[in-house]
Amino acid sequence: MNQFQYVRPAETSGAIKSVALDANAHFLAGGTNLVDLMKMGIVTPERLVDINNLPLKKIENIQGHLRIGALVTNTQVAENKFVKENFPLLSMAINAGASPQLRNMATTGGNLLQRTRCPYFFDTTMPCNKRVPGSGCGALEGYNRMHAIFGASDKCIAVNPSDMNVALTALNAFVHVSGPKAARTIPFADFHRLPGDHPEQDTTLQKNELITSIDIPTAPFSKNVHYLKVRDRSSYAFALVSAAVALHIENNTIKDVRLAMGGVAHKPWRLTATETFLKGKTVSEDTFKQAAQIAMEGAKAYEHNKFKLKLAPNTLIQALKTASGLTV
Amino acid sequence: MMSDQPLIGQPISRLEGHLKVTGTAKYAGEYNVPGLLYGYVINSTITKGKISSINTKIAKALPGVIEVFTHENRPSLAWFDMQYSDMDAPPGSPFRPLHTADIKYNGQPIALVVAETFELARYAASCVEIKYTEEPFSTDLKENIDKARAPQPGLATFLKPLPPKPKGDFEKAYNDSFAKASGEFYHGTEHHNPLELFSTTTIYEGQGKLTIYDKTQGTINSQLYVGNIFGLHFKDVRVIAPYVGGGFGSGLRPQYQLFLSVMAALELKRPVRVTLERNQMYTFGHRPPTIQNTRFGADANGKITALNHSAIAETSQFEDYTEVVVNWSNMLYPAENTLMEYKLVPLDVYSPLDMRAPGGSTGSHAIESTMDELAYKLNIDPIELRLINYAETDTSVGRPYSSKELRQCFIQGAEKFGWSNRNPEPRSMRRGNKLVGYGMATGIWESMQLPARAEAILTKEGKLLVSSAVTDIGTGTLTVMTQIAADELGLPLADVTFSYGDSKMPFAPIQGGSFTVSTVGSAIKAAGKALRKKLFKKAKDIKNSPLKGTDLEDVVFKNGDIISKNNPALRVSFQDILALNKGAIKTTNTSLPKAFKLKKYSRAAHSAAFVEVEVDEQLGVVTVTRSLTAVAAGNIINPKTARSQILGGMVWGISKALREETITDYKLGKYMNQNLAEYHIPVHADLHDMDVIFVEEKDEIINELGSKGVGEIGIVGMPPAIANAIFHATGKRINQFPIHFDSLL
Repeated sequence: MNQFQYVRPAETSGAIKSVALDANAHFLAGGTNLVDLMKMGIVTPERLVDINNLPLKKIENIQGHLRIGALVTNTQVAENKFVKENFPLLSMAINAGASPQLRNMATTGGNLLQRTRCPYFFDTTMPCNKRVPGSGCGALEGYNRMHAIFGASDKCIAVNPSDMNVALTALNAFVHVSGPKAARTIPFADFHRLPGDHPEQDTTLQKNELITSIDIPTAPFSKNVHYLKVRDRSSYAFALVSAAVALHIENNTIKDVRLAMGGVAHKPWRLTATETFLKGKTVSEDTFKQAAQIAMEGAKAYEHNKFKLKLAPNTLIQALKTASGLTV
Repeated sequence: MMSDQPLIGQPISRLEGHLKVTGTAKYAGEYNVPGLLYGYVINSTITKGKISSINTKIAKALPGVIEVFTHENRPSLAWFDMQYSDMDAPPGSPFRPLHTADIKYNGQPIALVVAETFELARYAASCVEIKYTEEPFSTDLKENIDKARAPQPGLATFLKPLPPKPKGDFEKAYNDSFAKASGEFYHGTEHHNPLELFSTTTIYEGQGKLTIYDKTQGTINSQLYVGNIFGLHFKDVRVIAPYVGGGFGSGLRPQYQLFLSVMAALELKRPVRVTLERNQMYTFGHRPPTIQNTRFGADANGKITALNHSAIAETSQFEDYTEVVVNWSNMLYPAENTLMEYKLVPLDVYSPLDMRAPGGSTGSHAIESTMDELAYKLNIDPIELRLINYAETDTSVGRPYSSKELRQCFIQGAEKFGWSNRNPEPRSMRRGNKLVGYGMATGIWESMQLPARAEAILTKEGKLLVSSAVTDIGTGTLTVMTQIAADELGLPLADVTFSYGDSKMPFAPIQGGSFTVSTVGSAIKAAGKALRKKLFKKAKDIKNSPLKGTDLEDVVFKNGDIISKNNPALRVSFQDILALNKGAIKTTNTSLPKAFKLKKYSRAAHSAAFVEVEVDEQLGVVTVTRSLTAVAAGNIINPKTARSQILGGMVWGISKALREETITDYKLGKYMNQNLAEYHIPVHADLHDMDVIFVEEKDEIINELGSKGVGEIGIVGMPPAIANAIFHATGKRINQFPIHFDSLL
């Protein structure tokens, strides 16, 4: 680990000013990802701006609309009564990730920014366009069992590792950010990027911008929801495929629906076309099977992740069945 | 408190358990002394070639960096391969750290940065500039089968015999057989991953004397290695390993952190600690990837007539590491026609290293899955098929078993598991949307014994001290040895102290292969017996001794008294003896295996593993919902620690069948998942109902304790039992471990 400066400002504006002082400065929140990356020499900041003293630790219910401060821990969100009652999908997704120890430390804002688990990214001796632009993609022709089946480019086929992000994209969340310029709000679907020619950029966050909170608008998804995560062991493993399903069902008819998948793309993968297909349909296994087919349009597998072409639709079908109360 | 019950056979909790769970037990990397320096290892980032230049200037200039050792400035060391050998070295030329500019494998240690703090050493390591000339390499076993050749024999083959010679005419018998079963089996590289990181703290005591705290499974093994390489008197090298946070075989050979820590301490004349990070544990030793092929033939009654088992395993370019993979089937099943073959493919990797049930767990995967297939071909229950072919004697070498209660393992295991509820038809059992399968398999592991010494002392206060250089790798050695010693002298546990894990204590070999109780336990028993004899003689020598005229056989030792069996009023206390004796009473004794007697018998622990799985075919997810292993391993010294051993083995069996694998990128020659987040071993959520039965087994031949050791037998049967249960659930026979979604969807 390189030597670095460490500061701990008490105000958001001070933190942003402080991070802008150094070209190679990073915000530090829970540290569950950044400290690992520093130990491995993947990130070598000259300055760490610890934001844990900033007043970003509240969960607020603003007339049914949920606002989560960037420093609220994953555990606090998952265990929050209002969240559990109104957005149970979010609780389920968070609890499917990491371990209790990590969730106690990891923050909401940090979770949005966690880096991929692609092994080529994680090892500084390997080629990786995300870590060192232009160095090549080791995974493309290498070991790519964990990797993307949607939206990849020939520069990068890594996936976003977060479970929480999958639920947040399904719930149409918004990300509030502050920065050297005016504060702004980014729709969740636009927050993470596809790799394209610039896999080094995971998100659309601008330099020196700081996530301050996440908003989740009021939605009728308190009952028929499910987060299903399939992985190589029952806990403490990253998703091979996951599905977030939120349904609003009345008289066996799907009035509203939100769908997203994890472990399949460089960003949490929203299934808008599938949602359109399902809206107004009657709940049935056949309908869900058709929906899964639509969801898989455009999927492309690599040498070691071909199983995802079967696993992804099956996961989605099973999550839809569970959410809608059909026997699985 | 003292009961009349012997301590052997009682489920006594680990004596050091409290120290371990409270963090009080100190491990090799936790001994701090003033002025301690920290070494950080730099590993090769290429797989094969040469270091063309190594620039340490920037690193050395950092304040607090003491030295950077490379092949260019290392001290001159021993010349001969022999001097780099160790108790578990395969035939060949042992790896020498920092020897030359040559790179033999990815991750090879190439430099040691020594600094005043660990963090500084690690940072300085990132400032060392290394340039390489790369050469073509090969690390893929499957791509190099054409290079398979017979292993060279050596000292290691004494404990790991090469395959037996062919018997009868296999090809003809197989062709003529009524039912045939065959398969190709594969598992990739696996790494030990003990929880404790590999670490050595070397204290430079001056005048060529060293005290070394080492993570090892053999203090004397490390002592001899260091003495030989650095030209030190053995008596000046003291290696201590009081606690070992798991070994599983990874500490059977001295690892490079020991070499580097000692080298730096001697050169700098200061204490130096070298701790390897988790990913560096993947740079020495592993279970080798192995390809196996089987062909079993049986007659219409299910009697097996022909057995063929062949294996091709990976080794390094510098040593011929071998395992006993193909010798087991004919030990279990008495066929007349056999053909066993074992070959190696040298690749550009580090030498493989014994890993829990080396070879046995590999071989049983193929053997017991093929047996299951054969049972289906014959339409016979898998247990019935094994009973039809029950080996009353070991026909592979033509010797009787010293004891074998495997039949009872089948009977008692099947009863408790509920095997009779199994509908043999594949895909016939369901629970909700999941398929349910029952599978079983036999396990076997040879019971070995090596020479060892032990010392027993009765102190002036009447307490018993016993000692041996043996380690306790977390198996319960401390507790078990204390029980054995206490029983021998008839003392309560509280009056007995077992000291261990120190090379200055009496000789013990490396701790592995399930032979520690048999080896060191026998030495403790022998030392206790000798002390008993000495005490009895001294008791009789007392003036007007009440025991005059009695023989040793006519007395019992109980609670610090020697008491006549015929007349309990006649007794002499240890205190009486000690009062007349000047100081403590001491014996040192060697226990040698009774080679001549033992040679007439095959000696092995057996097990029967039973498994229930649930398979979600939509998601490819397998859950081991229930498992039970019935074990016949002779006398169980401590049913609690033994049960833990078997449970640990069973968990590892689940891991081997369903979870763990070291993934290699063959284009880079590098392991890809060198961390515990992506090297998947089971988590608690993977583990459900698990049970262990020890069946009664008397063995008067194996050793005086009648005990066979239980370190390996718990893992051997589980992986094939799981694969067989998956076949029963799904109708799919998957012979590649770990079994993944990919194959079940």
